[in-house]
Amino acid sequence: MRRFRIFTAIVAASALVLTGCGTADSPKTATPGASGALTPIKLQLQWFYQAQFAGYIAAVDQGFYQEQGLDVQLLEGGTDIVPQTALAQGKADYAIAWVPKALASREQGAGITDVGQIFGRSGTYQVAWKDSGITSAAQLKGKKVGNWGFGNEFELFAGMTKAGLDPGKDVTLTQQQFDMQALLKREIDAAQAMSYNEYAQLLEAKNPKTGKLYTADDFSIIDWKKEGSAMLQDAVWANTEKLSDPAYQQQTVKFLTATIKGWAFCRDNAEKCRDLVVAKGSKLGKSHQLWQMNEVNKLIWPATGGIGVVDEAAWKQTVDISMTTKNQTGDTVLKKTPEGLAYTNDYINQAITAAKSAGVDVNGTSFAPATVTLQEGGA
Amino acid sequence: MRRTFFVLLGVVIFAALWEGYKLVGSPDGTVVFGVRVLPRADDLSMPHLWTVFERLGKPELTGGRPVWIVILHACVFTFGITAAGFVAGALIGLLLAVLMQRFQLVERGFLPYVILSQTVPLVALAPLVAGWGGTIMPAWATVAVIASYLSFFPVAVGMLRGLQSPSASGVELMRSYAAGWWRTLVKLRFPAALPYLFPALRLAGAAAVVGAVVGEISTGTRGGIGRLVIEYSREATSDPAKVYTAMLGAALLGLFVAGVVSLLEVPLMRHRRHVEVVTL
Repeated sequence: MRRFRIFTAIVAASALVLTGCGTADSPKTATPGASGALTPIKLQLQWFYQAQFAGYIAAVDQGFYQEQGLDVQLLEGGTDIVPQTALAQGKADYAIAWVPKALASREQGAGITDVGQIFGRSGTYQVAWKDSGITSAAQLKGKKVGNWGFGNEFELFAGMTKAGLDPGKDVTLTQQQFDMQALLKREIDAAQAMSYNEYAQLLEAKNPKTGKLYTADDFSIIDWKKEGSAMLQDAVWANTEKLSDPAYQQQTVKFLTATIKGWAFCRDNAEKCRDLVVAKGSKLGKSHQLWQMNEVNKLIWPATGGIGVVDEAAWKQTVDISMTTKNQTGDTVLKKTPEGLAYTNDYINQAITAAKSAGVDVNGTSFAPATVTLQEGGA
Repeated sequence: MRRTFFVLLGVVIFAALWEGYKLVGSPDGTVVFGVRVLPRADDLSMPHLWTVFERLGKPELTGGRPVWIVILHACVFTFGITAAGFVAGALIGLLLAVLMQRFQLVERGFLPYVILSQTVPLVALAPLVAGWGGTIMPAWATVAVIASYLSFFPVAVGMLRGLQSPSASGVELMRSYAAGWWRTLVKLRFPAALPYLFPALRLAGAAAVVGAVVGEISTGTRGGIGRLVIEYSREATSDPAKVYTAMLGAALLGLFVAGVVSLLEVPLMRHRRHVEVVTL
């Protein structure tokens, strides 16, 4: 065993020396031929496996990608993995990324295009204690407001600006950790939270006073969708340059068709999809994943224009906020309007037609969210 | 025997300090002029040690394996990466040291860059290396590269000092025997360098653990203790003791690696006496 380790280490080290900083080309995209060989595809996710990516996991597991002649490999994210950069550098064929962040990368030269706006709605909340009386952005005045920074904070800043506050003066801004302890300890008055993750964590924590879990009645939520400062989030991004290649175009349609099927499957089989995510080795508990699945479904369904179709008004709002809202350091997400092909509905519309003819409900008009009961620690 | 006693004593003192502070410290911490000088002592920030140990025995997720087994597996995985990174780093460090000792030009030209290499922040380097995963090497190897990047430095610098340590009389004696560079290196310089090498290796071992843990976090490599630290820290809100179990695992891994490295000394340091005779 040691021998083997030493050997591999030497191989790794010499490979490093020999290749310098060379990168291998990604495998050429071949059209699925008559031979039935599957086209290998890499999809870069934003984070570890969790229900946020259930649709893609389900499409792999249920063989939807395979039906389309694709062999999709999901790549997990990490703290230093930027999906849109991985895509632009050719390390992945498609990537999942939030629209504002991806647009910022585009402005810096990443050649990527939004080909499927899977999440039609934003899942970002600002959560406060109910007894604080904070129910709207305007009431954040004079309060200690937690924000994540790193480009995750613009909905909050746009919401406060819209409510007539000067985020630099009227509130005390605090860099927030990725857990909710600061809010629970009342170090801050309002904390940023994703409906499908951090908000659930609050409801999985025990109230030391009662010995029971906190409930939704303990907190109040500022939902940026209602405040009118929501921005588009998870979307499928493709390589702009490769989109001029008919083979990649065709492959994109196939990829999106199977993706739609995956998400429709998770809408109709939330618990099955929860199990698939758990089986992928997620360290978050079962009830947490089911909660997340349900919340994510709410962000997608019902999809009036069809799942994945970019809504022009929502896109415009995202771009406008990206260009005008300043964060605490005075930066905006974008300096100018996105140039070139920032998004296209060409492929998603073809995919929707294909999915429809296969009998998939692409609108989910009758979708009704379930009520999920969270267990302590999300178990 | 005495050593074991002192190690145990250290653990007891730590436990007493932790629980003692929990007893006397304010649950809200102590804030002076808006700056927190003492941490919060509530159960959310500092869970009782027995809660942490209890958590180790409970299943990670409902129906899953107990946390201690998960952590043990993760530590074994990270140890593998650490070992690969450590060995690669140590070999590269040795090679550099020999080259720098042999050619003064290399030393002058290269040593500044060796030092410069460690001033590059890991957060800037990690994404770059992470990108190699799955293309020119498996993902775990990128983490080993990060570990070796941190561990080659102490070896290169320490070993260079060691190789240069023989006194002029020792070198002249070798010359009078008509010993060439290689012979002088093997018979004189290497043995003389051993006392310098081992402290450097211990530093390298510690650096390799840090590199592996940080590398796992930044590249999202699954299976190791670094990944567990970040996965569990997401649950800090509802299950604070779980975070500490992962940290405990990382700390024990560090100690284990330090122990293994010092075991390497045992067979090699027999030559030490020999060194002293030659260099006198």
